[in-house]
Amino acid sequence: MADGKEGDLKLLGMHVSPFAHRVSMALGVKGVRYEYIEEDLFHKSELLLSSNPVHKKVPVLIHDGRPICESLAIVEYVDEVWSGDGRPAILPADPYERAIARFWASYIDDKFFPAWLGIMRATTEEARGEKVKETQDAVQNLEKAFSEIAGGKGFFGGDTVGYLDLALGCFLPWFGAMRMMFGLEVIEAATAPLLAGWAERFGETAVAKEVLPEPEKAVAYAKKLQAYRASLNK
Amino acid sequence: MAGANIELKLVGQWASVFVTRVKLALHLKGLNYESIEEDLRNKSELLLSSNPVHKAVPVLIHNGKPICESQIIVEYIDETFAGIGPSFLPADPYERAVARFWAAYIEEKLVAPWDRVFRAKTNEERDEATRKMFAAVDVLEGGFKECSKGKGFFGGDNIGYVDIILGGAISYAKAAEALSGAKLFDAAKTPLLAAWMERFSELDAAKTVLQDVDRVVEHGKMLIAKNAAQPSTTD
Repeated sequence: MADGKEGDLKLLGMHVSPFAHRVSMALGVKGVRYEYIEEDLFHKSELLLSSNPVHKKVPVLIHDGRPICESLAIVEYVDEVWSGDGRPAILPADPYERAIARFWASYIDDKFFPAWLGIMRATTEEARGEKVKETQDAVQNLEKAFSEIAGGKGFFGGDTVGYLDLALGCFLPWFGAMRMMFGLEVIEAATAPLLAGWAERFGETAVAKEVLPEPEKAVAYAKKLQAYRASLNK
Repeated sequence: MAGANIELKLVGQWASVFVTRVKLALHLKGLNYESIEEDLRNKSELLLSSNPVHKAVPVLIHNGKPICESQIIVEYIDETFAGIGPSFLPADPYERAVARFWAAYIEEKLVAPWDRVFRAKTNEERDEATRKMFAAVDVLEGGFKECSKGKGFFGGDNIGYVDIILGGAISYAKAAEALSGAKLFDAAKTPLLAAWMERFSELDAAKTVLQDVDRVVEHGKMLIAKNAAQPSTTD
Protein backbone atom coordinates (compact mmCIF):
# COMPACT_ATOMS: atom_id res chain seq x y z
CA MET A 1 0.00 0.00 0.00
CA ALA A 2 2.89 2.38 0.72
CA ASP A 3 3.71 2.89 -2.95
CA GLY A 4 0.16 4.15 -3.62
CA LYS A 5 0.06 2.47 -7.02
CA GLU A 6 -3.33 2.71 -8.61
CA GLY A 7 -3.57 -0.93 -9.56
CA ASP A 8 -6.92 -1.91 -10.94
CA LEU A 9 -9.43 0.70 -9.72
CA LYS A 10 -13.13 0.77 -10.58
CA LEU A 11 -15.83 2.98 -9.12
CA LEU A 12 -19.43 1.83 -9.36
CA GLY A 13 -21.54 4.97 -9.23
CA MET A 14 -24.64 6.71 -10.50
CA HIS A 15 -24.46 10.05 -12.28
CA VAL A 16 -26.53 11.95 -9.70
CA SER A 17 -25.61 10.00 -6.55
CA PRO A 18 -24.07 12.44 -4.08
CA PHE A 19 -22.48 9.54 -2.21
CA ALA A 20 -20.73 8.33 -5.34
CA HIS A 21 -19.61 11.91 -5.96
CA ARG A 22 -17.87 11.98 -2.59
CA VAL A 23 -15.67 9.16 -3.80
CA SER A 24 -15.08 10.60 -7.28
CA MET A 25 -14.06 13.87 -5.70
CA ALA A 26 -11.77 12.16 -3.19
CA LEU A 27 -10.03 10.34 -6.04
CA GLY A 28 -9.84 13.66 -7.90
CA VAL A 29 -8.22 15.37 -4.91
CA LYS A 30 -5.60 12.61 -4.91
CA GLY A 31 -5.08 12.74 -8.66
CA VAL A 32 -5.83 9.04 -8.98
CA ARG A 33 -7.18 7.55 -12.21
CA TYR A 34 -9.94 4.97 -12.17
CA GLU A 35 -12.54 3.35 -14.36
CA TYR A 36 -15.99 4.77 -13.71
CA ILE A 37 -18.93 2.42 -14.20
CA GLU A 38 -22.40 3.97 -14.34
CA GLU A 39 -25.00 1.79 -12.65
CA ASP A 40 -28.66 1.72 -13.60
CA LEU A 41 -30.16 1.43 -10.13
CA PHE A 42 -33.41 0.13 -11.64
CA HIS A 43 -31.45 -2.76 -13.19
CA LYS A 44 -28.48 -3.40 -10.94
CA SER A 45 -25.50 -5.16 -12.50
CA GLU A 46 -24.10 -8.50 -11.40
CA LEU A 47 -20.92 -6.64 -10.49
CA LEU A 48 -22.77 -4.32 -8.11
CA LEU A 49 -24.82 -7.11 -6.56
CA SER A 50 -21.77 -9.28 -6.01
CA SER A 51 -19.53 -6.48 -4.73
CA ASN A 52 -22.06 -5.03 -2.31
CA PRO A 53 -24.32 -7.98 -1.49
CA VAL A 54 -25.32 -6.52 1.89
CA HIS A 55 -26.69 -3.18 0.69
CA LYS A 56 -26.69 -3.47 -3.13
CA LYS A 57 -25.93 0.25 -3.30
CA VAL A 58 -23.49 2.62 -4.93
CA PRO A 59 -20.82 3.74 -4.45
CA VAL A 60 -18.54 0.72 -4.44
CA LEU A 61 -14.83 1.16 -5.03
CA ILE A 62 -13.20 -1.99 -6.33
CA HIS A 63 -9.42 -1.90 -5.85
CA ASP A 64 -7.45 -4.84 -7.25
CA GLY A 65 -10.65 -6.86 -7.22
CA ARG A 66 -11.55 -6.07 -3.59
CA PRO A 67 -14.72 -4.04 -2.95
CA ILE A 68 -14.98 -1.21 -0.44
CA CYS A 69 -18.48 0.05 0.39
CA GLU A 70 -20.04 3.00 2.29
CA SER A 71 -19.00 6.39 0.93
CA LEU A 72 -17.27 7.75 4.04
CA ALA A 73 -15.38 4.48 4.63
CA ILE A 74 -14.27 4.62 0.99
CA VAL A 75 -13.09 8.24 1.35
CA GLU A 76 -11.03 7.28 4.43
CA TYR A 77 -9.61 4.32 2.49
CA VAL A 78 -8.63 6.56 -0.43
CA ASP A 79 -7.06 9.02 2.01
CA GLU A 80 -5.00 6.25 3.63
CA VAL A 81 -3.89 4.41 0.51
CA TRP A 82 -2.89 7.49 -1.49
CA SER A 83 -1.12 9.39 1.26
CA GLY A 84 2.24 11.09 1.10
CA ASP A 85 4.07 11.68 -2.20
CA GLY A 86 2.96 15.30 -2.05
CA ARG A 87 -0.68 14.28 -2.43
CA PRO A 88 -3.11 16.46 -0.46
CA ALA A 89 -4.55 14.92 2.71
CA ILE A 90 -8.33 14.68 2.97
CA LEU A 91 -8.71 14.17 6.74
CA PRO A 92 -6.79 16.38 9.16
CA ALA A 93 -3.69 14.91 10.81
CA ASP A 94 -4.59 15.77 14.40
CA PRO A 95 -6.75 13.12 16.15
CA TYR A 96 -9.02 15.71 17.78
CA GLU A 97 -9.63 17.50 14.48
CA ARG A 98 -10.29 14.12 12.86
CA ALA A 99 -12.89 13.37 15.53
CA ILE A 100 -14.57 16.73 14.86
CA ALA A 101 -14.58 16.07 11.11
CA ARG A 102 -16.04 12.60 11.60
CA PHE A 103 -18.66 13.98 14.03
CA TRP A 104 -19.97 16.46 11.46
CA ALA A 105 -19.86 13.94 8.62
CA SER A 106 -21.96 11.65 10.78
CA TYR A 107 -24.31 14.56 11.53
CA ILE A 108 -24.61 15.29 7.80
CA ASP A 109 -25.58 11.68 7.08
CA ASP A 110 -27.78 11.04 10.12
CA LYS A 111 -29.56 14.38 10.55
CA PHE A 112 -29.05 16.70 7.61
CA PHE A 113 -29.46 14.31 4.69
CA PRO A 114 -32.70 12.65 5.91
CA ALA A 115 -34.15 16.10 6.60
CA TRP A 116 -33.69 17.58 3.12
CA LEU A 117 -34.46 14.26 1.46
CA GLY A 118 -37.66 14.30 3.49
CA ILE A 119 -38.62 17.61 1.89
CA MET A 120 -38.54 15.94 -1.53
CA ARG A 121 -40.35 12.82 -0.38
CA ALA A 122 -43.06 14.53 1.69
CA THR A 123 -46.56 13.84 0.43
CA THR A 124 -48.37 16.50 2.47
CA GLU A 125 -47.69 20.20 3.01
CA GLU A 126 -47.56 19.60 6.77
CA ALA A 127 -44.94 16.88 6.44
CA ARG A 128 -42.94 19.03 4.03
CA GLY A 129 -43.09 21.97 6.43
CA GLU A 130 -41.73 19.79 9.23
CA LYS A 131 -38.83 18.63 7.09
CA VAL A 132 -38.10 22.19 5.96
CA LYS A 133 -37.81 23.22 9.61
CA GLU A 134 -35.56 20.22 10.41
CA THR A 135 -33.38 21.10 7.41
CA GLN A 136 -33.12 24.73 8.47
CA ASP A 137 -32.12 23.72 12.00
CA ALA A 138 -29.47 21.40 10.60
CA VAL A 139 -28.14 24.13 8.32
CA GLN A 140 -27.81 26.44 11.32
CA ASN A 141 -25.76 23.79 13.13
CA LEU A 142 -23.57 23.33 10.06
CA GLU A 143 -23.13 27.12 9.73
CA LYS A 144 -21.85 27.20 13.31
CA ALA A 145 -19.63 24.19 12.63
CA PHE A 146 -18.14 25.91 9.60
CA SER A 147 -17.27 29.02 11.57
CA GLU A 148 -15.58 26.89 14.27
CA ILE A 149 -13.76 24.53 11.92
CA ALA A 150 -12.72 26.69 8.98
CA GLY A 151 -11.04 29.16 11.31
CA GLY A 152 -11.52 32.03 8.94
CA LYS A 153 -10.39 30.06 5.89
CA GLY A 154 -12.39 29.19 2.81
CA PHE A 155 -13.15 25.53 3.35
CA PHE A 156 -13.90 23.12 6.18
CA GLY A 157 -10.48 21.70 5.31
CA GLY A 158 -8.86 25.14 5.65
CA ASP A 159 -7.13 26.51 2.57
CA THR A 160 -7.99 23.44 0.52
CA VAL A 161 -10.93 21.04 0.41
CA GLY A 162 -11.06 18.30 2.97
CA TYR A 163 -13.28 15.55 4.29
CA LEU A 164 -16.23 17.71 5.33
CA ASP A 165 -16.14 19.75 2.14
CA LEU A 166 -16.62 16.52 0.21
CA ALA A 167 -19.18 15.14 2.68
CA LEU A 168 -21.39 18.22 2.33
CA GLY A 169 -20.39 19.58 -1.08
CA CYS A 170 -21.61 16.42 -2.82
CA PHE A 171 -25.19 17.62 -2.24
CA LEU A 172 -24.86 20.89 -4.18
CA PRO A 173 -26.45 19.57 -7.38
CA TRP A 174 -29.45 18.41 -5.34
CA PHE A 175 -29.71 21.78 -3.59
CA GLY A 176 -29.86 23.28 -7.07
CA ALA A 177 -32.53 20.76 -7.99
CA MET A 178 -34.62 21.73 -4.96
CA ARG A 179 -34.32 25.37 -5.93
CA MET A 180 -35.64 24.47 -9.37
CA MET A 181 -38.38 22.10 -8.23
CA PHE A 182 -39.67 23.88 -5.08
CA GLY A 183 -38.19 27.35 -5.17
CA LEU A 184 -36.49 26.30 -1.94
CA GLU A 185 -33.01 27.44 -0.95
CA VAL A 186 -31.45 24.85 1.38
CA ILE A 187 -28.50 27.12 2.19
CA GLU A 188 -29.93 30.65 2.38
CA ALA A 189 -27.38 33.46 2.21
CA ALA A 190 -29.44 35.55 4.66
CA THR A 191 -29.49 32.92 7.43
CA ALA A 192 -26.34 30.93 6.62
CA PRO A 193 -23.92 33.42 5.07
CA LEU A 194 -20.76 31.45 5.75
CA LEU A 195 -22.13 28.26 4.23
CA ALA A 196 -23.55 30.19 1.29
CA GLY A 197 -20.09 31.64 0.61
CA TRP A 198 -18.56 28.20 1.05
CA ALA A 199 -21.05 26.59 -1.35
CA GLU A 200 -20.18 29.04 -4.09
CA ARG A 201 -16.47 28.67 -3.43
CA PHE A 202 -16.70 24.86 -3.37
CA GLY A 203 -18.65 24.81 -6.62
CA GLU A 204 -15.78 26.72 -8.25
CA THR A 205 -13.10 24.19 -7.28
CA ALA A 206 -11.59 22.00 -9.98
CA VAL A 207 -12.71 18.83 -8.25
CA ALA A 208 -16.35 19.97 -7.95
CA LYS A 209 -16.43 21.20 -11.55
CA GLU A 210 -15.01 17.93 -12.78
CA VAL A 211 -17.40 15.69 -10.86
CA LEU A 212 -20.65 17.41 -9.91
CA PRO A 213 -23.43 17.38 -12.51
CA GLU A 214 -25.74 20.26 -13.41
CA PRO A 215 -28.83 20.47 -11.16
CA GLU A 216 -31.00 19.80 -14.22
CA LYS A 217 -29.69 16.23 -14.23
CA ALA A 218 -30.80 15.77 -10.62
CA VAL A 219 -34.24 17.23 -11.44
CA ALA A 220 -34.62 14.81 -14.35
CA TYR A 221 -33.69 11.87 -12.12
CA ALA A 222 -36.09 13.01 -9.38
CA LYS A 223 -38.88 13.03 -11.95
CA LYS A 224 -37.89 9.54 -13.11
CA LEU A 225 -38.02 8.32 -9.49
CA GLN A 226 -41.39 9.99 -8.94
CA ALA A 227 -42.81 8.30 -12.03
CA TYR A 228 -41.41 4.96 -10.91
CA ARG A 229 -42.96 5.30 -7.43
CA ALA A 230 -46.27 6.35 -8.93
CA SER A 231 -46.25 3.28 -11.18
CA LEU A 232 -45.75 1.06 -8.13
CA ASN A 233 -48.84 2.52 -6.50
CA LYS A 234 -51.17 1.76 -9.41
CA MET B 1 0.70 10.74 25.97
CA ALA B 2 1.11 8.16 28.75
CA GLY B 3 1.38 8.93 32.42
CA ALA B 4 -0.40 10.54 35.31
CA ASN B 5 -1.30 13.78 33.52
CA ILE B 6 -3.93 12.37 31.21
CA GLU B 7 -7.18 14.08 32.04
CA LEU B 8 -10.05 11.92 30.85
CA LYS B 9 -13.68 12.28 31.90
CA LEU B 10 -16.45 10.10 30.54
CA VAL B 11 -19.94 11.55 30.76
CA GLY B 12 -22.20 8.54 30.64
CA GLN B 13 -25.14 6.58 31.92
CA TRP B 14 -25.02 2.98 33.10
CA ALA B 15 -27.67 1.57 30.78
CA SER B 16 -26.26 2.97 27.54
CA VAL B 17 -24.64 0.54 25.10
CA PHE B 18 -22.88 3.51 23.51
CA VAL B 19 -21.27 4.50 26.82
CA THR B 20 -20.36 0.84 27.43
CA ARG B 21 -18.40 0.81 24.15
CA VAL B 22 -16.28 3.72 25.34
CA LYS B 23 -15.72 2.15 28.77
CA LEU B 24 -14.55 -1.04 27.05
CA ALA B 25 -12.13 0.95 24.90
CA LEU B 26 -10.72 2.84 27.89
CA HIS B 27 -10.32 -0.33 29.94
CA LEU B 28 -8.67 -2.21 27.08
CA LYS B 29 -6.13 0.59 26.79
CA GLY B 30 -5.64 0.61 30.57
CA LEU B 31 -6.51 4.31 30.75
CA ASN B 32 -7.68 5.97 33.94
CA TYR B 33 -10.71 8.19 33.67
CA GLU B 34 -13.33 9.90 35.79
CA SER B 35 -16.78 8.43 35.21
CA ILE B 36 -19.64 10.91 35.49
CA GLU B 37 -23.08 9.32 35.72
CA GLU B 38 -25.86 11.40 34.14
CA ASP B 39 -29.54 11.41 34.97
CA LEU B 40 -30.83 11.76 31.42
CA ARG B 41 -34.14 13.16 32.66
CA ASN B 42 -32.16 15.99 34.27
CA LYS B 43 -29.12 16.59 32.10
CA SER B 44 -26.15 18.35 33.63
CA GLU B 45 -24.66 21.64 32.47
CA LEU B 46 -21.51 19.70 31.65
CA LEU B 47 -23.37 17.38 29.26
CA LEU B 48 -25.39 20.16 27.65
CA SER B 49 -22.33 22.32 27.09
CA SER B 50 -20.05 19.54 25.88
CA ASN B 51 -22.59 18.02 23.48
CA PRO B 52 -24.88 20.90 22.53
CA VAL B 53 -25.84 19.32 19.19
CA HIS B 54 -27.16 15.98 20.46
CA LYS B 55 -27.25 16.46 24.26
CA ALA B 56 -26.51 12.73 24.49
CA VAL B 57 -24.08 10.40 26.20
CA PRO B 58 -21.34 9.32 25.85
CA VAL B 59 -19.08 12.36 25.78
CA LEU B 60 -15.37 11.85 26.37
CA ILE B 61 -13.68 14.97 27.66
CA HIS B 62 -9.92 14.84 27.11
CA ASN B 63 -7.91 17.68 28.63
CA GLY B 64 -11.09 19.75 28.58
CA LYS B 65 -12.00 19.02 24.93
CA PRO B 66 -15.20 17.06 24.26
CA ILE B 67 -15.49 14.22 21.76
CA CYS B 68 -18.98 12.90 20.97
CA GLU B 69 -20.50 9.86 19.22
CA SER B 70 -19.35 6.49 20.57
CA GLN B 71 -17.77 5.11 17.37
CA ILE B 72 -15.89 8.36 16.87
CA ILE B 73 -14.76 8.36 20.50
CA VAL B 74 -13.46 4.79 20.22
CA GLU B 75 -11.51 5.71 17.09
CA TYR B 76 -10.18 8.86 18.82
CA ILE B 77 -8.96 6.74 21.75
CA ASP B 78 -7.31 4.35 19.29
CA GLU B 79 -5.50 7.16 17.45
CA THR B 80 -4.61 9.36 20.42
CA PHE B 81 -3.30 6.53 22.60
CA ALA B 82 -1.73 4.63 19.74
CA GLY B 83 1.34 3.61 21.69
CA ILE B 84 -0.60 2.29 24.68
CA GLY B 85 -2.26 -1.10 24.92
CA PRO B 86 -3.81 -2.86 21.91
CA SER B 87 -4.72 -1.17 18.63
CA PHE B 88 -8.40 -1.36 17.77
CA LEU B 89 -8.47 -0.71 14.04
CA PRO B 90 -6.25 -2.93 11.87
CA ALA B 91 -3.13 -1.44 10.27
CA ASP B 92 -4.09 -2.39 6.72
CA PRO B 93 -6.32 0.18 4.93
CA TYR B 94 -8.51 -2.47 3.30
CA GLU B 95 -9.14 -4.25 6.58
CA ARG B 96 -9.84 -0.89 8.20
CA ALA B 97 -12.46 -0.18 5.54
CA VAL B 98 -14.05 -3.58 6.16
CA ALA B 99 -14.11 -2.88 9.92
CA ARG B 100 -15.73 0.52 9.31
CA PHE B 101 -18.28 -1.11 7.03
CA TRP B 102 -19.37 -3.60 9.69
CA ALA B 103 -19.37 -0.99 12.45
CA ALA B 104 -21.72 1.12 10.31
CA TYR B 105 -23.84 -1.97 9.59
CA ILE B 106 -24.17 -2.76 13.29
CA GLU B 107 -25.29 0.81 13.99
CA GLU B 108 -27.79 1.13 11.15
CA LYS B 109 -29.21 -2.38 10.87
CA LEU B 110 -28.89 -3.87 14.35
CA VAL B 111 -28.71 -1.16 17.00
CA ALA B 112 -31.24 1.23 15.42
CA PRO B 113 -34.08 -1.33 15.20
CA TRP B 114 -33.06 -2.68 18.61
CA ASP B 115 -33.60 0.77 20.06
CA ARG B 116 -37.01 0.90 18.38
CA VAL B 117 -37.97 -2.37 20.10
CA PHE B 118 -37.76 -0.53 23.42
CA ARG B 119 -39.41 2.64 22.15
CA ALA B 120 -42.22 1.01 20.17
CA LYS B 121 -45.69 2.30 20.89
CA THR B 122 -47.50 -0.68 19.40
CA ASN B 123 -46.95 -4.41 19.23
CA GLU B 124 -46.74 -4.16 15.43
CA GLU B 125 -43.91 -1.63 15.66
CA ARG B 126 -42.08 -3.79 18.20
CA ASP B 127 -42.52 -6.96 16.11
CA GLU B 128 -41.29 -5.22 12.96
CA ALA B 129 -38.22 -3.85 14.75
CA THR B 130 -37.53 -7.28 16.28
CA ARG B 131 -37.77 -8.90 12.86
CA LYS B 132 -35.23 -6.41 11.48
CA MET B 133 -32.87 -7.05 14.39
CA PHE B 134 -32.84 -10.78 13.84
CA ALA B 135 -32.38 -10.37 10.10
CA ALA B 136 -29.35 -8.20 10.83
CA VAL B 137 -27.89 -10.81 13.17
CA ASP B 138 -27.99 -13.36 10.34
CA VAL B 139 -26.08 -11.00 8.07
CA LEU B 140 -23.66 -10.13 10.85
CA GLU B 141 -22.75 -13.82 11.24
CA GLY B 142 -21.34 -13.53 7.71
CA GLY B 143 -19.61 -10.31 8.70
CA PHE B 144 -17.95 -12.09 11.58
CA LYS B 145 -16.69 -14.79 9.25
CA GLU B 146 -15.29 -12.14 6.89
CA CYS B 147 -13.57 -10.13 9.60
CA SER B 148 -12.32 -12.89 11.90
CA LYS B 149 -10.87 -15.15 9.17
CA GLY B 150 -11.33 -18.17 11.41
CA LYS B 151 -10.04 -16.51 14.57
CA GLY B 152 -11.93 -15.66 17.76
CA PHE B 153 -12.76 -11.99 17.32
CA PHE B 154 -13.84 -9.59 14.58
CA GLY B 155 -10.32 -8.21 15.08
CA GLY B 156 -8.76 -11.66 14.57
CA ASP B 157 -6.72 -13.10 17.43
CA ASN B 158 -7.35 -10.01 19.50
CA ILE B 159 -10.22 -7.65 20.14
CA GLY B 160 -10.66 -4.95 17.54
CA TYR B 161 -12.89 -2.03 16.71
CA VAL B 162 -15.92 -4.02 15.62
CA ASP B 163 -15.69 -6.23 18.73
CA ILE B 164 -15.90 -3.09 20.88
CA ILE B 165 -18.77 -1.61 18.84
CA LEU B 166 -20.83 -4.80 19.16
CA GLY B 167 -19.47 -5.62 22.61
CA GLY B 168 -21.14 -2.57 24.12
CA ALA B 169 -24.48 -4.30 23.57
CA ILE B 170 -23.65 -7.71 25.06
CA SER B 171 -25.66 -7.31 28.25
CA TYR B 172 -28.67 -6.39 26.14
CA ALA B 173 -27.99 -9.39 23.89
CA LYS B 174 -28.06 -11.60 26.97
CA ALA B 175 -31.21 -9.84 28.18
CA ALA B 176 -32.98 -10.46 24.86
CA GLU B 177 -34.23 -13.90 25.79
CA ALA B 178 -35.90 -12.65 28.97
CA LEU B 179 -37.29 -9.62 27.13
CA SER B 180 -38.43 -11.13 23.84
CA GLY B 181 -38.47 -14.87 24.36
CA ALA B 182 -35.70 -15.50 21.84
CA LYS B 183 -31.92 -15.50 22.15
CA LEU B 184 -30.28 -12.81 20.07
CA PHE B 185 -27.15 -14.84 19.36
CA ASP B 186 -28.54 -18.36 19.24
CA ALA B 187 -25.83 -21.03 18.95
CA ALA B 188 -28.18 -23.04 16.73
CA LYS B 189 -28.66 -20.19 14.22
CA THR B 190 -25.58 -17.98 14.46
CA PRO B 191 -22.94 -20.18 16.12
CA LEU B 192 -20.01 -17.86 15.41
CA LEU B 193 -21.64 -14.87 17.09
CA ALA B 194 -22.90 -16.97 20.01
CA ALA B 195 -19.36 -18.25 20.63
CA TRP B 196 -17.95 -14.74 20.18
CA MET B 197 -20.28 -13.40 22.85
CA GLU B 198 -19.12 -16.00 25.38
CA ARG B 199 -15.49 -15.43 24.49
CA PHE B 200 -15.83 -11.64 24.76
CA SER B 201 -17.59 -11.94 28.12
CA GLU B 202 -14.54 -13.70 29.56
CA LEU B 203 -12.26 -10.73 29.00
CA ASP B 204 -11.25 -8.67 32.05
CA ALA B 205 -12.51 -5.47 30.45
CA ALA B 206 -15.89 -7.11 29.81
CA LYS B 207 -16.17 -8.41 33.36
CA THR B 208 -15.37 -4.97 34.71
CA VAL B 209 -17.53 -2.93 32.36
CA LEU B 210 -20.55 -4.89 31.11
CA GLN B 211 -23.78 -4.18 32.93
CA ASP B 212 -25.45 -6.73 35.17
CA VAL B 213 -27.88 -8.63 32.92
CA ASP B 214 -30.74 -8.77 35.45
CA ARG B 215 -30.55 -5.02 35.89
CA VAL B 216 -30.70 -4.61 32.10
CA VAL B 217 -33.72 -6.94 31.90
CA GLU B 218 -35.54 -4.85 34.52
CA HIS B 219 -34.59 -1.64 32.74
CA GLY B 220 -35.70 -3.04 29.39
CA LYS B 221 -39.08 -4.12 30.75
CA MET B 222 -39.58 -0.69 32.24
CA LEU B 223 -38.76 1.06 28.95
CA ILE B 224 -41.02 -1.21 26.91
CA ALA B 225 -43.93 -0.73 29.30
CA LYS B 226 -43.42 3.02 29.51
CA ASN B 227 -43.30 3.58 25.76
CA ALA B 228 -46.14 1.22 24.93
CA ALA B 229 -48.41 2.95 27.41
CA GLN B 230 -47.96 6.49 26.10
CA PRO B 231 -49.35 7.78 22.82
CA SER B 232 -46.39 10.12 22.41
CA THR B 233 -42.85 9.94 23.69
CA THR B 234 -41.32 12.71 25.76
CA ASP B 235 -37.71 11.58 25.05
